[in-house]
Amino acid sequence: MSSEIVNIDIKDKLLDLYHTNHETLKSSSPDYINIIREKAIEQFKKLGFPDKKNENYKYTDLKKEFDNGYKTYLSQNNIKFEIKDIFSCDVPDLNTKVILLLNGWYYDRENLLIELPEGAIIGSFQKATEVYPELVKKHFAQYADTEKEGLVALNTAFVKDGIFLYVPKGVVIEKPIQIINVLMDEVEGFTQHRNLYILEENSQASIVVCDHTLSANNFLTNSVAEFFVGQNAQLDYSRIQNEHNGSKQVSHLFFHQERDSNVTANTISLHGGLIRNNISVLLNGEGCENNTYGLYLTDKGQHIDNYVFIDHAKPNCISNQLFKGVLDDFATGAFSGKILVRKDAQKTQAFQANKNILLTDDADIKTRPQLEIYADDVKCSHGATVGQLDENALFYMRARGINKKEAKLLLMYAFAHEVIQKIRVPALKDRINDLVEKRLRGELSRCNSCQMHCCNA
Amino acid sequence: MEKDQDKILNEVTQSEYKYGFVSDIESESISKGLSESVVRLISQKKNEPEFMLEFRLKAFRYWQKMKMPEWAHLQIPEIKYQDIIYYSVPKQKVSGPQSINDIDPELKATFDKLGISLDEQKRLSGIAVDAVMDSVSVKTTFKENLAELGIIFCSFSEAVQEHPDLVKKYMGSVVPYTDNFFAALNSAVFSDGSFCYIPKGVRCPMELSTYFRINAANTGQFERTLIVAEDDSYVSYLEGCTAPKRDENQLHAAIVEIIANKNAYVKYSTVQNWYPGDKNGLGGIYNFVTKRGKCAGENSKISWTQVETGSAVTWKYPSCILLGDNSVGEFYSVAVTNNHQQADTGTKMIHIGKNTKSTIVSKGISAGFSNNSYRGLVKVTKNATNARNYSQCDSLLLGDKCGAHTFPYIEVDNKDSIVEHEATTSKIGEDQIFYCNQRGIKTEDAIGLIVNGYAKEVLNKLPMEFAVEAQKLLQISLEGSVG
Repeated sequence: MSSEIVNIDIKDKLLDLYHTNHETLKSSSPDYINIIREKAIEQFKKLGFPDKKNENYKYTDLKKEFDNGYKTYLSQNNIKFEIKDIFSCDVPDLNTKVILLLNGWYYDRENLLIELPEGAIIGSFQKATEVYPELVKKHFAQYADTEKEGLVALNTAFVKDGIFLYVPKGVVIEKPIQIINVLMDEVEGFTQHRNLYILEENSQASIVVCDHTLSANNFLTNSVAEFFVGQNAQLDYSRIQNEHNGSKQVSHLFFHQERDSNVTANTISLHGGLIRNNISVLLNGEGCENNTYGLYLTDKGQHIDNYVFIDHAKPNCISNQLFKGVLDDFATGAFSGKILVRKDAQKTQAFQANKNILLTDDADIKTRPQLEIYADDVKCSHGATVGQLDENALFYMRARGINKKEAKLLLMYAFAHEVIQKIRVPALKDRINDLVEKRLRGELSRCNSCQMHCCNA
Repeated sequence: MEKDQDKILNEVTQSEYKYGFVSDIESESISKGLSESVVRLISQKKNEPEFMLEFRLKAFRYWQKMKMPEWAHLQIPEIKYQDIIYYSVPKQKVSGPQSINDIDPELKATFDKLGISLDEQKRLSGIAVDAVMDSVSVKTTFKENLAELGIIFCSFSEAVQEHPDLVKKYMGSVVPYTDNFFAALNSAVFSDGSFCYIPKGVRCPMELSTYFRINAANTGQFERTLIVAEDDSYVSYLEGCTAPKRDENQLHAAIVEIIANKNAYVKYSTVQNWYPGDKNGLGGIYNFVTKRGKCAGENSKISWTQVETGSAVTWKYPSCILLGDNSVGEFYSVAVTNNHQQADTGTKMIHIGKNTKSTIVSKGISAGFSNNSYRGLVKVTKNATNARNYSQCDSLLLGDKCGAHTFPYIEVDNKDSIVEHEATTSKIGEDQIFYCNQRGIKTEDAIGLIVNGYAKEVLNKLPMEFAVEAQKLLQISLEGSVG
């Protein structure tokens, strides 16, 4: 049921993987999904694998990461663990129901779809394709760009399981929903989970996603998540990336916002061998607000690349981007942000900032804050800085008896705080504050009571 | 207000390109097309030494293997390189003008009309001019006076004949022919240009200036400028250009190379006013220029200032390689696009030496249907300790059919460096106009005022004579326009 990739060109390998397994893939999903699947693989064939010649992947070489003999999960694997015993997150106020994805598969096979109050549903994407075909049909692969992005096409071709969330009209889910992506296996695994989040008109939800690795093997993830945020709906999305250095992650988030909707997306990257986050936002109605924030703290040989694209298609929208990073040792980082303001999108306000601190000469950062503007009545700005800790501030603190190490920590902590304070769930904010502080101290950044010692590897 | 704006915008779009006349000068051209024999023919016509021919041929062979770059935010119809005449000379009775009287009166009239007097009377304004028409240097003024100081200021062909060692040493050392598509093309077929050599310790007493003019139809202009500033020297160099109005697009692909040695300071100012095409986007010059300076010595400084108002398509990135410790690179730019003009312009600052500094100030103004992009790279290499960069790129939009884009690239590999980039895009605020109106300033004047104020930071960096011309140009292109 799984297959090893043999040593040929990566694109052909992946195509081959698809063709040898497409019967298995197809048998697990309804026809309307399989039609999209077929189209997507054709698209992937055309687009190919993004190499460094692709301007958008200029600073991240994925080829060698994908070129390992990873095991692909084409069906649910049978690793059993008792979630409650080893995992309990002590962030209070979170929804007690913890949703777990194991190697890209929805874990709790007994309760594939869980009903939340007032008709909201969360559960396995695969199950949802059977139970709610109309809903899935309406939204699936509508927002993710398979036309231009080879890896999204690849994910779509291999679509199997992931998270499905549906919040009906006018429903407010009070407590944040926590989703945990766990990677654990005895061999090196390649997961491609696919997630679909639907928030209808006037609804509201808050989602916390944690990425963890539980075994020391190398892992590769190519995930796609689509978000439909209906008119006047509000979504808070926070993601904490905390995987070990052997994990390589490419994630694609597509936010589709309707009129007067409000989305805040925080990406906190604490750990990970290679992280590439693609975040695309389409503001498809007037009066939308989008806040996309990111914080990345990297050291050793880690690599982080954030790619953000905000498409202002309609007038009177506001978007804010703030990405901050601290790079230590020989870590490398990249940020690309693009704001596109279309012709009719008058009265747009779009702001973008990327700030970086380099702690060593071996660390490097590449940043591309871009604006493409076709409307005249707009306020857009972007800024990027690369620098180090403020000497004067250090001196100020040392003059007051704070030792150098502590003073440096304080400054870095303050630097990171700007992003953390944007998190709208107070309890989560405190927890992340804690994690970041520990991370900066060089301690293992795991939750106190959490038994998943993700970062031991 | 709305009506006023439309009217004013109309006026702007209809404003005439005043340098669009054609001079009736006989010229000698070779037949159109590009091949190895054409490259040989150009070299032969110019009676060049062997090393030049070799350089050209190498470049040509390399160019044949290259493809036109497509990364720029420009839409360029396919350029038919075989339909271009690569060499055109204004006919002269004698082989070279000995004095002002030997120059074709029509030619002289042309330059007078452009406001470039080739007469020595120009002494009053203290500018030495090298006038280049259709790729050939017509006349260099003040040559003798400069020679007394040891300054060499002449046409490129002359330099090839008289100072081959210098040319051989420096040509291609900053912009190799392998650099890019247009640099390779230029290296293969360039016909003339200016050469300037400032010896050690000399402060050039006057502004040196090159004036480029395309006159003949169907020709391309490919000139090359080489400026070498030895230790402790200083020179301020100006460049201006115009072309007649023609319906077909003409190609201009130039190379400018600057070498600044220890403590040298080179200031290079450009007012680019090639024919921008008519208001429907017909005709105009395709301007593909590779400009690069190398701060080779310690404490050297290269400063680029440009006012870009012309050309249908501009593709131009004056850059600085900051090699010497403590060297400084500067880039000040105002780029104005109107009607269907497209500009993709910016700079590259490569910090290699220690304590190197660079400043980038770019002001884009777009109107009509035009697209104006800033594209720049700031790169700090590992050993460039204490490098410092400040970039500011602002865009002003006048109209809702134009576009303003910013594509900065920042690559930092050193922890002791500070790199900052800021950019804003906006239109002229109604509150600003209201404020002026309230004080009795007409909307049209108010906009002129605001645009000028907006560009002031850059215009201030131009030498005085140029600043006046640039300000007038801004006024012509944008006076009173509002979005």
